[in-house]
Amino acid sequence: MKRVFVTVGTTSFDDLFERVTSPEAVQVTRGYQHLVLQVGRSSIFPDSDSCHKLTLEAFKFKDSTAEDVKCADLDISHAVICLETLGAGKPLLVVFNGKLMDIHQLELARQLHQDLLYFTASNLTETLRTMDLSVLSPFLPRQPNHFANFLDKALGVQ
Amino acid sequence: MHNAFALRSNWSKRVSVVAIMAVLLGLFTGFCFTVICVIVRLLIVIRSGSKCKPGEKGPVCVLIVAGSGGHTTEILRLMESLSQSYSPRHYIIADTDKMSEDKIRTFENSKKDTGSKGQFTIQRIPRSREVRQSWSSSVISTLNALLYAVPLVFRLRPDMVLCNGPGTCVPLCAAGLLLGLLGLKRVLLVYVESICRVESLSLSGKILYHISDYFFVQWSTLKDKYPKSIYLGRIV
Repeated sequence: MKRVFVTVGTTSFDDLFERVTSPEAVQVTRGYQHLVLQVGRSSIFPDSDSCHKLTLEAFKFKDSTAEDVKCADLDISHAVICLETLGAGKPLLVVFNGKLMDIHQLELARQLHQDLLYFTASNLTETLRTMDLSVLSPFLPRQPNHFANFLDKALGVQ
Repeated sequence: MHNAFALRSNWSKRVSVVAIMAVLLGLFTGFCFTVICVIVRLLIVIRSGSKCKPGEKGPVCVLIVAGSGGHTTEILRLMESLSQSYSPRHYIIADTDKMSEDKIRTFENSKKDTGSKGQFTIQRIPRSREVRQSWSSSVISTLNALLYAVPLVFRLRPDMVLCNGPGTCVPLCAAGLLLGLLGLKRVLLVYVESICRVESLSLSGKILYHISDYFFVQWSTLKDKYPKSIYLGRIV
């Protein structure tokens, strides 16, 4: 069963949840059967029978959403937590909340345009209809050992 | 007689004025001299970072600034890579932060499983600045956080402060710098800018760029703009 996981971390993004559960969005995501929503501080909380064609599950917060990210076939995330979703190796759609001054997130999205698609909540349906996930490539891997080695050397750690 | 009295009175008035001006000039000169001394001392302390090698004497005591949400995730990823030589670890979180404590405890408990020993503590200080808080109230709340940060850092005496951008890190780094300024302990300031910062630094980054001992960026565009920074690619 194909799953979509929508997550906004500790932020609030009512617009996104309204659009993703709208009849238009449900119509274009025909290939997906299960929708999981992590709503964070949003004031909207869709109940499980608000979408007729999809099974829906919603929650505010969890200790870790790593499992949800891994089990999903598509992740839709508000840019602030792109780090956790990028590392999971799943196709990722990043959404911007136009009301927040998150220009630096736009800079990041532009930088990573080969690894993810980005859009605002208003053209979500259009993007879901036209997107081609096969063009995406995995995000560059992290190398934390470089940091540890540098610091050990600089601080004289034995 | 009357004239002599008037003359003497004028004369004493002039002497008082000159005396007051001399005192004021003396105070002003003293003040300028003190400011110059502080600035020189500050520059000396800031430039002494590379000579400071706390790892040579034993374990490195770290003060870790955990901001909310993504900041905590990123800092814990950095901590994952560090060996058990970095102990004790003091995590500082903002008083309004509800979720970082759980993340930290989960992380530290997983370290115990891998046999890595070392203690950790979690401390709270008032938040310096909420997201989108106005400038004027930010200055007041940052000063308030400083009142807590200074005694905390003076008590913990870390070898190093590790931070990655939340407002909470500015008063803590300032307190670390003060410790060095007063000759009590040289505290290394290590700053790692978030991976989400591609073309511009965060506000904390812009402030701390000039006083950090090791300032890491994760995109080459920032390295070009901030030559004093260290670029090792993606480390988080």
